[in-house]
Amino acid sequence: MPNLNLPHTAKALDRELGELLKAISRIGGMAENQIEEAARALLERDDRLAAEVIKRDKEIDQLESEIQQKTLHLLALRAPVADDLRLVVSAISAASAFERVADYAANAAKRSMVLNTMTPVPATRAVVRLMQMVKRQLHAAITAFVEGDAQQAVAVWEHDDEIDAIYSSLFREILTYMMEDPRQISACTHLLFIAKNVERVGDHSTNVAELTYFMVTGQQLRDRPKADFTAALNLGDDM
Amino acid sequence: MANRTDQPGQIEAPAPAPEARTPFDPSPAAAAGPSAFARALRWFALGLVPSTLVLAALALLRRIGPADAAAAWLAIACLTAVLVLAPMLDLARLLKFLHELSLGGTPAPPEMRSQGAASAAAFALSQIRRETRRALAAAELALRSHEDVFDALPDAVVMLGADHRVLRANLAARSLFGRNLTGRDVSSLVRHPPILAAIDAVEEGEQELEFSLPIPVERRFIVSIRALPGEIAGDAAILISFHDITTIRRMEQMRADFVANASHELRTPLSSLIGFIDTLRGPAHDDVEARDRFLGIMAEQAARMARLIEDLLSLSRIELNEHTPPSRSVDLKKLIGSAIEGLEPRARARNVTVSIAAPDALPLVRGEPDELAQVFQNLIDNALKYTLSNTEVTVSLAPLENGPVSMPREAQGPVVAVAVRDHGEGIAQEHIPRLTERFYRVDSARSRKMGGTGLGLAIVKHVLNRHRGVMTIDSSVGLGSVFTVYLPIAAAESEPQKDLPQRLSRPA
Repeated sequence: MPNLNLPHTAKALDRELGELLKAISRIGGMAENQIEEAARALLERDDRLAAEVIKRDKEIDQLESEIQQKTLHLLALRAPVADDLRLVVSAISAASAFERVADYAANAAKRSMVLNTMTPVPATRAVVRLMQMVKRQLHAAITAFVEGDAQQAVAVWEHDDEIDAIYSSLFREILTYMMEDPRQISACTHLLFIAKNVERVGDHSTNVAELTYFMVTGQQLRDRPKADFTAALNLGDDM
Repeated sequence: MANRTDQPGQIEAPAPAPEARTPFDPSPAAAAGPSAFARALRWFALGLVPSTLVLAALALLRRIGPADAAAAWLAIACLTAVLVLAPMLDLARLLKFLHELSLGGTPAPPEMRSQGAASAAAFALSQIRRETRRALAAAELALRSHEDVFDALPDAVVMLGADHRVLRANLAARSLFGRNLTGRDVSSLVRHPPILAAIDAVEEGEQELEFSLPIPVERRFIVSIRALPGEIAGDAAILISFHDITTIRRMEQMRADFVANASHELRTPLSSLIGFIDTLRGPAHDDVEARDRFLGIMAEQAARMARLIEDLLSLSRIELNEHTPPSRSVDLKKLIGSAIEGLEPRARARNVTVSIAAPDALPLVRGEPDELAQVFQNLIDNALKYTLSNTEVTVSLAPLENGPVSMPREAQGPVVAVAVRDHGEGIAQEHIPRLTERFYRVDSARSRKMGGTGLGLAIVKHVLNRHRGVMTIDSSVGLGSVFTVYLPIAAAESEPQKDLPQRLSRPA
């Protein structure tokens, strides 16, 4: 149509922004579900569920590339400005954050299938609890993004140190198991990787919260509290 | 003649704002129209026109004299006025009334002077109007009560249009997902992939799914998604309801945990018993010294199992009676005094003194003496276990006007409060709400070493439930803990020594 006058484009932009938000909500929900099911597969030692999680990862990749295309289309044809522009830009980052989250979930599912061939490690429960906690965090971050709620975003952003602290204590705990019983080292290593990945999911949730804050207010959140001391952890004199 | 009856309305009324008002504007100026009297007068004048013309023609043709003509005209005019003016006035009033009704006003029905057709029509009209009003009010009421019922539903219910936007959401849904739901896309409320898939595929039939909302507290729901039949106001196409099953899931979890915990608790002493029996049969068969030592340990483990089973049994006994409140009266001071006497050896072993403080006159409480004895024995025993050596455990009793707000409603009123205070390490805040859970332990190794079964406070809680009493726990780390029990006082206070049931069952 040659004569695209202003009200028409404005309406089309609104509709496409709505579609974009809907897609973000959908991919976020999928990522959230992946984490939840990966945690359940790990806890219940359910190979079938783990396989499903791995299989579904492709769908999320697909949706992410669709979102990329959608945003490109929006930027090129509608030239959004101000808060619309911030929404589009944040959506690109959020979608790739969710795609990463889903990758971590799939990786956890893969490792849980390996773990199922070994004797159960007592620390599994603690890792699952960490996953559930991170899932709550992710849920809050997605809700804040979709509803454009800067206040909730700040709350999510401030709670990341809890996850970091639990990860640090879990790291020590798993290390203790490894030292106690060398036969469990390989299972514990897998758990440790899962825990590390889950902790990264927590960081992605915080990123989404930061994106939300930027999207709503146009300003950056700075100086995130960090409580992960594992990098500086002294492994003891005998190691 | 016709000019004399001024016709004001049509020309003069629109003057103030000509383009702003339509002819149907129910503003006062337009609604008033020509007054009923003027209109009736106009009709009357019109009615006189033929006779006037005939008389004028006759007078001009000289068939009758002008004086006769004038007299005849006057006579006709008077007679016509007497005969038709009243019904015409009624008719004009009726028209005015109709006009106002049609503009949406609520005019008073006109007063009728005559008994003609106009007055019958007016009566019928006001009947119709009353009926319509009643039907409208009924419809409004029905609509409002549907809205109220919709909001009163305990399950969260959301109605979606065919475009998956929220059309209506009831109160429970609004408190679950936020206030402003109308117009939002469903994926901004729920993004659980299976639910979105079910909404997309709603035409294929109703679906039920389980779903959890993780924040602020994890809650689980059975979500049912179904297509609505056509022709519902606002084009609602899909109905989603969320039925909360958090409690059911939690109960299932508790039951599973209970079985797991109970077997775990029993297995530990049992495996140590089996181990010692094996040792006694094998390597230590003839070792008298080891045998004596092992038998001592075995006796201890067996006693622990016996204690656990005893506690489990009394817990299930108490649960059995939990819904029948006790009917006897108990003197708490005496009861607690003897509980303390029974625990004296333990207190001496830890070099702890137990003191009791109570006013001289204390009302009796309603209760089962054996069960209440168990409550205070457990509480004082705990205090003795966890208080530091060389300190004091104090038990203080006091009558109060009212218990804490957490008391069940039927037990509101005067209570006796019993506070058991220890000087131990205290309990961290996060453990306090869970202390009365079965097998919940702040420090499981220490608890087992002290011979605890993990059921003591669970028993206390259930006994108090049966007694319609409550327990509050205050503790600060490093200072110690206070467990306070509130029990409603017995009804027949005036005759303290008699048991109520005996009095009632005896034939008067």
